[in-house]
Amino acid sequence: MKFGVIVFPGSNCDHDAYHVISKHVGQPVDFVWHKETDLGGYDAVIVPGGFSYGDYLRCGALAKFSPVMAAVKDFAAAGKFVFGICNGFQILCEAGLLPGALIRNRNLHFICKHVNLRVENAHTPYTSELETGAVLSIPIAHAEGNYVCDDETFDRLEENGRIVFRYCDAGGAATDEANPNGARSNIAGICNEDGNVLGMMPHPERACEGLLGSNDGQAIFQSLTKAIREG
Amino acid sequence: MKAKVYVTLKPGVLDPQGKAIHHSVELLGFDRIADIRQGKYFEVALDAALTEGEARETAERIARDVLANPVIEDYRVEIVQ
Repeated sequence: MKFGVIVFPGSNCDHDAYHVISKHVGQPVDFVWHKETDLGGYDAVIVPGGFSYGDYLRCGALAKFSPVMAAVKDFAAAGKFVFGICNGFQILCEAGLLPGALIRNRNLHFICKHVNLRVENAHTPYTSELETGAVLSIPIAHAEGNYVCDDETFDRLEENGRIVFRYCDAGGAATDEANPNGARSNIAGICNEDGNVLGMMPHPERACEGLLGSNDGQAIFQSLTKAIREG
Repeated sequence: MKAKVYVTLKPGVLDPQGKAIHHSVELLGFDRIADIRQGKYFEVALDAALTEGEARETAERIARDVLANPVIEDYRVEIVQ
């Protein structure tokens, strides 16, 4: 099993992802520079957080033209795992691998704090080690995490169980008060139709060691590892 | 030849920056402003040898594929000599 962490100019959570895969998941992992065009040999790639291309134009808008993204699209189409975190989620939306878009937080602030996430669907490759309805404490760190999509897209996501995580309160209620950024229907993470591509604004790679305040991110990586192993 | 490209948020897409600007304008004493929406403006210098039709086609493609995100934004292209 081998992981790749894509590195764009301006990525800054690439080392966090690398650290978690090598230390906590215990699997081989490479950094993959955005000029690479071949993802052969990898089972999963992480599109990490950060500020690719300085967030110029729109978050993720320029990264989608990096040479590696054509390979990421083929990789996803082949059913392999593509996991976009924060800026990675924005990039996957811009690249059309996931529907919708992420716009400025409704309060305009860059928000950096732990939030509660409710697992909406435990039957995805990223959540199989969790229970539907479980509440996770995972940090967010973004200014553009306000998920928007049209009604048709929303209905399709909802009906097919593709809303994987919602922002919620400590008791698991997805209230407006618990919505940090104004995202439609408290959406924090979604997957594609086949479930192999996941994008989420919160950072599970920053929630894998107690010293950092939470271990709750580990189950997401464990689920992914299990999915790869079971092929 | 130059293309002017205007990118605006679709109606209904929240524009918190526009709202903040609106609020500041009200603080300045302008009290009859209904709304302010923020957009983006691009000037694309094109090869002078292009016909106006070719220039428009090029600029439209650039606007659609790069400058605007059709999920949340509309665009308008003007060609000027």
